[in-house]
Amino acid sequence: MPWFQRKTKNIQETSPREMPDGLWTKCDRCGEIIYKKQLEEHAYTCPKCNYHFRIGTAQYVKLLFDDGTFVETDTHIRSADPLEFVDTKPYTERLRDAYRRFGPSDALTIGYGSIGGQRISFGCMNFAFIGGSMGSVVGEKFVRAVRRSLQEHVPLVVISASGGARMQEAAFSLMQMAKTSAALTELSDAGLPYISVLTDPTTGGVSASYAMLGDIILAEPGALIGFAGPRVIEQTIRKKLPEGFQSAEFQLEHGFVDMIVHRKELRPTIIRLLRLLT
Amino acid sequence: MSYVLEFEKPILELEKKVAEMKALAGTLELDEQIADLERRIEELRAEIYSKLTRWQRVQIARHPERPYTLDYLAHSFDEFIELHGDRCFRDDPAIVGGLARIGEFTVVAVGHQKGRDTKSNLYRNFGMPNPEGYRKAARLFRLAEKFGRPVVTFLDTPGAFPGIEAEERGQAEAIARNLFIMAQLRVPIVVVIIGEGASGGALGIGVGDRIVMLENAWYSVIAPESCSSILWRSWEYKEQAAEALQLCATDLERHGIIDRVVPEPVGGAHRDPQTMFATMRHILLEELSGLSSVPPEELVKRRHEKFARMGVWEELSVEQ
Ligand SMILES: [Zn+2]
Repeated sequence: MPWFQRKTKNIQETSPREMPDGLWTKCDRCGEIIYKKQLEEHAYTCPKCNYHFRIGTAQYVKLLFDDGTFVETDTHIRSADPLEFVDTKPYTERLRDAYRRFGPSDALTIGYGSIGGQRISFGCMNFAFIGGSMGSVVGEKFVRAVRRSLQEHVPLVVISASGGARMQEAAFSLMQMAKTSAALTELSDAGLPYISVLTDPTTGGVSASYAMLGDIILAEPGALIGFAGPRVIEQTIRKKLPEGFQSAEFQLEHGFVDMIVHRKELRPTIIRLLRLLT
Repeated sequence: MSYVLEFEKPILELEKKVAEMKALAGTLELDEQIADLERRIEELRAEIYSKLTRWQRVQIARHPERPYTLDYLAHSFDEFIELHGDRCFRDDPAIVGGLARIGEFTVVAVGHQKGRDTKSNLYRNFGMPNPEGYRKAARLFRLAEKFGRPVVTFLDTPGAFPGIEAEERGQAEAIARNLFIMAQLRVPIVVVIIGEGASGGALGIGVGDRIVMLENAWYSVIAPESCSSILWRSWEYKEQAAEALQLCATDLERHGIIDRVVPEPVGGAHRDPQTMFATMRHILLEELSGLSSVPPEELVKRRHEKFARMGVWEELSVEQ
């Protein structure tokens, strides 16, 4: 059985919608039919057009960490429903469904492990879990990842993928932007590196807080990165957005990311950066 | 009153009647009727305003005659000198700021600024800042720290501007950077939500030691209309969205997100601005006094603890 179909106790499963099961898969961008094994060898990017498939935390852990060193923590923290929020269905129902389908990590998995022999505190957002939205749990887990960095005096690496704040927690969600940013000032005061990796998509409250506060900000090719979503911008200015607007390449050009890194190069790049910074 | 909210229409009807009667001039009998009607108007207003829905408060927060940042700076403060520009790109009229004096305190004041009419609203971009607005604020926060002056910010925005240029110049980074800067600023910060507190665009100047909020202001992660369009996939559920979001001052005080609710005159801040300005002055003096003797290290530590506590989650007893 391929590793990505294995049920690992502590590791987030990938959304089936994003990575269909089966032997073959079709590139969303160029339509190339790719053999699953080949896709895995290419770190879930299209060998023909370099399109980066959305992947989950399990895949990032496998790609980044020294084998078997990653340990997930804090899976016992669960979203509550402080506002008893009901839209077209109750928030509690959405949560139950998301926990059942995607596991206990909520929209952020945190833990620690070694990468090129360097121990790090690590976070990876799970876009499949309610759009990677940041509610109280994401904020609290982010802060705990920062605390681990401080306690163990190790760097922090966080991979972001989020549509923004979790609306069902309203003002509580909004405050997570301040909470996570405040925690990062402590990391900064301690002189510890924070590498922020932006993947598709990183928008809204996450981009306007910890995702954009990395000492070094890396982005995957083609990732959508911005504050407002493209649809909202189009509605506001009543114009069609230019090609490539809010792409990782756009952000590099405008000075908001340090480098665009192909997923295959992510591990060696982080290892080199950490060696130069620690 | 030139602008009437839907739920105030019954009051307007009575006011029209009074005006008509007054035009008919004064027999004693008529005078008594007028006085009687005026009493009824006040009773009706008090009744309507004693049981406002959340959506009605959102409408009051957006009332075009509501006092804005520059009004408070002109009337609640003793002195204000506006300072312009982010030293980087341009001056953003959607965020104003400068040096201000109130009683014994010299402060750096920063706030969102809306316009009153079409022309001034275009100039102020309806109070929706671009990145340079947040960067002007950041520059002023650093100025405050350098000279050891407290910071007072006023929140009143429908949101950070979602535009092409705003994205090109890094709206997300500008807001994120301010959260970071405000979290570590070594001077007291008092935040006042005076009107609309829409999402990151509001929070971008909203991290502080004391967060106070006017009775009819709203503050949340999204405006009720947008929330309705996303979660209900229709613009029609704004009332329900406002209820669900619990975006009013008393809600947020109950949830520990703000520290204090500031009462407004009956009928809203715009009905009696002089009283509102006096209340604001009083509240700010109290809040600034309360923070003035706290050493910088302690201020920053408490501020971090305050925000670290925010949020509600469950912790299962065993890791599962
Ligand atoms: Zn392809």
